[in-house]
Amino acid sequence: MSLNCKDLLGLEYLDKKDLQTILNAVKPLKSLFTRSVKKVPTLIGKTVVTLFYEPSTRTRNSFEIAAKRLSADVVNIVTNTSSVVKGESLIDTGKTLEAMKADYIIIRHSLAGAPNILARNLNASVINAGDGFHEHPTQGLLDLYTIYDKKKKIEGLKVLLVGDIVHSRVAKSNIWALTKMGAEVAVSGPPTLIPENIKDLGVKIYYDLDEAVKKADVVNILRIQLERQQENLFPSVHEYVELYQLTKERLNKAKPGVLIMHPGPMNRGIEISSEVADSPNAVINEEVTNGIAVRMAVLYLLKKRKNASSN
Amino acid sequence: MEEIILDSNAFQDALRMISIKIFADNQNISDFAIVGIQSKGVFLAKRIISEIAKLSSVKEFEILFGTLDITLHRDDLDDFESGMPIIKDTVIPFDLNRKNIILIDDVLFTGRTVKAALDVFTDFGRPKSIQLAVLVDRGFRELPIEAKYVGVKYKTKKFIKVDCKEVNGEDKVFVS
Repeated sequence: MSLNCKDLLGLEYLDKKDLQTILNAVKPLKSLFTRSVKKVPTLIGKTVVTLFYEPSTRTRNSFEIAAKRLSADVVNIVTNTSSVVKGESLIDTGKTLEAMKADYIIIRHSLAGAPNILARNLNASVINAGDGFHEHPTQGLLDLYTIYDKKKKIEGLKVLLVGDIVHSRVAKSNIWALTKMGAEVAVSGPPTLIPENIKDLGVKIYYDLDEAVKKADVVNILRIQLERQQENLFPSVHEYVELYQLTKERLNKAKPGVLIMHPGPMNRGIEISSEVADSPNAVINEEVTNGIAVRMAVLYLLKKRKNASSN
Repeated sequence: MEEIILDSNAFQDALRMISIKIFADNQNISDFAIVGIQSKGVFLAKRIISEIAKLSSVKEFEILFGTLDITLHRDDLDDFESGMPIIKDTVIPFDLNRKNIILIDDVLFTGRTVKAALDVFTDFGRPKSIQLAVLVDRGFRELPIEAKYVGVKYKTKKFIKVDCKEVNGEDKVFVS
């Protein structure tokens, strides 16, 4: 059991077997959270660096907790106070971190492919924590695990992603993981926020949310970035709310056991109503807990290059 | 060439003897718990529980039982270049504080598995005592660890394999 790669750059690059390997490792790791001592010595002596070029609270903290529960040492680089502002290149920053014996580098960057560049140039394991509009693999994995944990399967499930698909790396990672595992994925949102070629990934498009919701076993609601309105991608927040907010009324049209997910941070009253966010169907807080266990599984399973820190 | 150390009858006799000794030392069922180390130790632990249940005329489910996986506590994970070991379930569904724990494994060799298992217990609490029972002791310890209950001693540097009915269809211990 292992992933046959040193880096986690995107779920596009994993196959069904890899995804199943990760899912299987999550449950025993999650069971640690119920112990009085939640920490195990698995990665003792390893160094995990988080290198975030974009703001993040939950992803970075989740990685930090995951690494600490495996006994790794964690260093957080805040790019606006580091040499990055002095003009250091990405590769040089990576090499510097490697010279400091980093075993894992967790990177978030506004440019798609930035983690790939780092991975090619370093021995350390690189984990993509979100790159541009490309992928956010650990979010995709934690969504996959949350569905698997609740529904006990993935194959044959109808999963609906709602909102801004075109700018969403979470959507891309979800689509890759879910379709590989045999789920039927559909998207719904304003036409300006859904790329037409998403169909090539085997995804159905519904511009009518009421229609889409009826069939879904899982509805994953994406955050609407309000700055998109300035780009005139939707006419007004009010109109978005009218057409695409998941409301109690819309939820009532769905199957009774439908799972409501949101990667956070939520804009209550915009893409999701407060009633729905707090309804028994919502598993939004469990996603956060699962995120830690999923990130522990990834840190555990990535193939170690012999041996990043000891050479 | 496969060299049999315990055949099916000797295997079951050895487990029965271990169970009798454990019960002789631990009469009060509510004070002790049986914990099997993943994966073969778990099957052996269940067998020992059913033997003790017969000896003590309590129901099997009244004897506290847990499973323990040492993977996350291994000290040799850096040596696994291709393929990390599978993480199995650790389930201790009782409060182990002030309990006498009987830890069960199939083969005792270097002692490193047992050392890791002792580390796992400290994450759950502070048992009153921990005793070790193994089906085979193959010698060559690298740590100061000994078993209190031993089915058979067979000193060898060769790999000893334990087959049991539940997974392999028959009970047998052999050098492979």
